Amino acid sequence: MTQDEHKEGIKGMVNPSRYGIERVAYWLMRLSGLGLLAYFIGHIYETSNILRGRVGWNEFLELTQTTEGHILLAIVIAMCVFHTVNGIRVMLGHGGVGVGKPARPDYPYDPASQNYRHKIGIYSAIILAAIAMMYGLAVMFGE
Amino acid sequence: MAQVSSIADEQSSQSITLRIARYNPEKDNERRFMEFNVPYEKWTTVLEAILDVKKHFDHSVAVRYSCRQATCGSCGMIINGKPRLACFTKISELDSNVVTVEPMNNFPIIRDLAVKFERLFDTHHKIKPYLDRDDTELTSDAKEFMQSPEELEQYIQFANCIKCGLCNSACPTMATDSSFVGPQALAQAYRYVADSRDKGKDSRLKIIDDSHGIWRCHFAGSCSQVCPKGVDPAMGIQLLRGYMLGFRS
Repeated sequence: MTQDEHKEGIKGMVNPSRYGIERVAYWLMRLSGLGLLAYFIGHIYETSNILRGRVGWNEFLELTQTTEGHILLAIVIAMCVFHTVNGIRVMLGHGGVGVGKPARPDYPYDPASQNYRHKIGIYSAIILAAIAMMYGLAVMFGE
Repeated sequence: MAQVSSIADEQSSQSITLRIARYNPEKDNERRFMEFNVPYEKWTTVLEAILDVKKHFDHSVAVRYSCRQATCGSCGMIINGKPRLACFTKISELDSNVVTVEPMNNFPIIRDLAVKFERLFDTHHKIKPYLDRDDTELTSDAKEFMQSPEELEQYIQFANCIKCGLCNSACPTMATDSSFVGPQALAQAYRYVADSRDKGKDSRLKIIDDSHGIWRCHFAGSCSQVCPKGVDPAMGIQLLRGYMLGFRS
């Protein structure tokens, strides 16, 4: 970005600290989306190993049975759950569902679109992602 | 390079360090901060502190202001990291001994704290911010356009926009997309679409139905959090998208 445009840039876009939980959700949504995209590409590469036959397939599959592999899969589970639950919240919001009704604003002007329904949706997405990740870790390390 | 100057008043018991971003695009290669020790009372606004600095120490500090009562929308700037109106932000509310003021993000800088508003006004103009209909109430034999209080409630909140640009400065999409219409213009598009007197809904929706239009909003909601007039652009944009997706008519 040039100084002329004075855009905040990627650094400002991904900074989740200044505008409440909604901006944190925005940041996590992008992060989990990119993470799932990376996993998807890796998954295609992983499954393509079946072309190397049973031995090659089993060799590659063993990589996911390591501690690092389990942690990576647990993070993927968390990203998947957060992206799904928060995605439903955002899609409903995009359709105008749950964003409040227009009304004359009163000071201190708490925005109706940032209401408790959406905050509950965001916290639910985070909590469900954490529970799913812990369950995944318990299953994978409990073997 | 920082400069520290003191204008602490003997009668004032409290003072803060005011850090002002200085940058002249025609002369400077990069931004620098100047620091001033300024007195304040519990009612002192950030704008008053800046004007104190201009009066007592450095009259060359560039700042745009006019009404001093959050009506003209001229004095938007980044105050301690968030977009705010300087005339509407009391120093005592900031709970900090250091107050840093910078020009708004996502607007080209004219000098120091003053930014160019051309693009904001261009996008505002682009969405046709007026009642769009063929007939008029101005001819002698015409009747006035009637509207019920319920119909008024649908858009009056969005008519409070003072075009200060704080929403565009906070928007994460505006931070990276130079072509994005922005929350200010989109909220104003909703204001006219929701007005029962307006007949230009289809043409207005066509204008914002663009890859850099309404579809680039990801409902981060930062625009609504910084609006000093309670306009809630995020709500307007989502309701407007409801029209485009067929959820509203």
